[in-house]
Amino acid sequence: MNILEFLISPAEASRRTGPNDRIVFSSRVRLARNLKSHPFPGHAKKADRIKAYEILFPAIRSLPQMGPEPFAESLEKLTPLDKQILVERHLVSREHAAKGAGSGLILNREETLSVMINEEDHLRMQSLRPGLQLRQAWLSIDAVDSDLETRLDISFSEKYGYLTACPTNLGTGIRVSAMLHLPGLVLGEQINQIIQAVNKLGLAVRGLYGEGTEALGNIFQVSNQMTLGEAENEIVERINKVLLQLVEHEENARQSLLEKKPKVLFNHIGRAYGVLANAHTVSSKETMNLLSLLRLGVDIGMFAQTPKALVDELFLISQPAHLQLNHPDREKLAAEDRDIFRADLLRGRMKSVPTPQEPPARSSETAV
Amino acid sequence: MTCQFCKQKDATVHLTQIVENEVKKVDLCEACAKEKGVNDPAGFSLADLLLGLGASQQIEEAGEAKGGGLRCANCGYTQADFKKSGRLGCSDCYDVFADGLDPLLKPMHKGIRHKGKVPGPLRRATDLNQQLLSLEKDLQGAISREDFERAAQLRDQLKVVRASAKT
Repeated sequence: MNILEFLISPAEASRRTGPNDRIVFSSRVRLARNLKSHPFPGHAKKADRIKAYEILFPAIRSLPQMGPEPFAESLEKLTPLDKQILVERHLVSREHAAKGAGSGLILNREETLSVMINEEDHLRMQSLRPGLQLRQAWLSIDAVDSDLETRLDISFSEKYGYLTACPTNLGTGIRVSAMLHLPGLVLGEQINQIIQAVNKLGLAVRGLYGEGTEALGNIFQVSNQMTLGEAENEIVERINKVLLQLVEHEENARQSLLEKKPKVLFNHIGRAYGVLANAHTVSSKETMNLLSLLRLGVDIGMFAQTPKALVDELFLISQPAHLQLNHPDREKLAAEDRDIFRADLLRGRMKSVPTPQEPPARSSETAV
Repeated sequence: MTCQFCKQKDATVHLTQIVENEVKKVDLCEACAKEKGVNDPAGFSLADLLLGLGASQQIEEAGEAKGGGLRCANCGYTQADFKKSGRLGCSDCYDVFADGLDPLLKPMHKGIRHKGKVPGPLRRATDLNQQLLSLEKDLQGAISREDFERAAQLRDQLKVVRASAKT
């Protein structure tokens, strides 16, 4: 099975909508599970890893929740480009993409459920949804897990809960996270304060691709760190509450920029448009930051008729692997060639975006 | 001063943070600091980092108390492996290395006892065990308060739960 043919197109993927998706790109709940007494993947010899794989793979592929025709493949069958595409879609972790024989991926048709076999744990199962939908994401992965535990001998201790390779995931094995677009808080210089406050609540704030990555394009990932001593529902509800507050802070920050520093705001957005529509070479990092401003411009009504989905699609297709996929030769491009090709692609797509106008004097007086 | 992680290069990054009301210090070389994400203030927490170091210390102490050289009979994982990776080898390791675990988990998590989902097949047994534990604790409390009326009630409840745990 070819993963590139299986995946939903970037245009279609970007059209998916969810609650609060002006600010929350996506919600994710991930569970870590292991087979009893089988060595964890990081310690297992190749033969042991394959043994665990052969137990896990058919059990997951046949789960009703994965649908009649999931994508199910060993990672050795995937090319480096395939894997990078999956990372850019947030369907596998960067760590998992580095794996080969004895590791695998099972993905449902809708791309809402993905199960990584032999990542750091035997199973890393995630539910991914557009917008702010943590509860739904938790319920759907919980159902997968409950079904699976009737088929597999999952390691569980009464005291420590689900046993995981790393003690940081012990207990519930749950990681609840959401990807947020916070340009208002960044431009309003409130972001550091907000990050500190969120950290104090025991939540981590990270960049686009998780642990150790930069917050490119004003995109931040908020997730829980503690997994032991707090029930799944409590964790989900706690993060949900924090996220709703972050959404409110971001909306307020945008409103306040519009009222107090409209020219600064329009200048940033106008210049971002100028570069995106006219540059002949542009780096991935710069592109992310410019697209963030373009999306903010769309959100506040500076680009009449331009759908948010277009900007989200540009975010996706200007990533290195997606760019390579779009290139006529599909060859691995050198960095400079990639920057040129990216600029060409963006200039072409920006033709459908009208020049930015100051947003109509809006109901800012009545806004909170 | 050498780096606490690779123990090879000179430590040039020195961090101090308060974790669990204790001042913790870490000295790293530039390469390790970068690898651990120390220069990314947004994504960095000293607690994460200390985990690797603290874990090995706790386990080491527990091991030494037992005469050193703990090794998991199921997967062959050793104290040295744990010290190096900060991870365990298999589910059985949690019993083998149990002695050093609680102090290690405490600063990392909200509690050191699991709350939340329990696998279906175990659910009933676990519920009963939890009930037993909490009743026994209440009973001890009642006895030490010399509240014998309450103690008698708790003793009767315990009898009922114990009987159903056996079936």
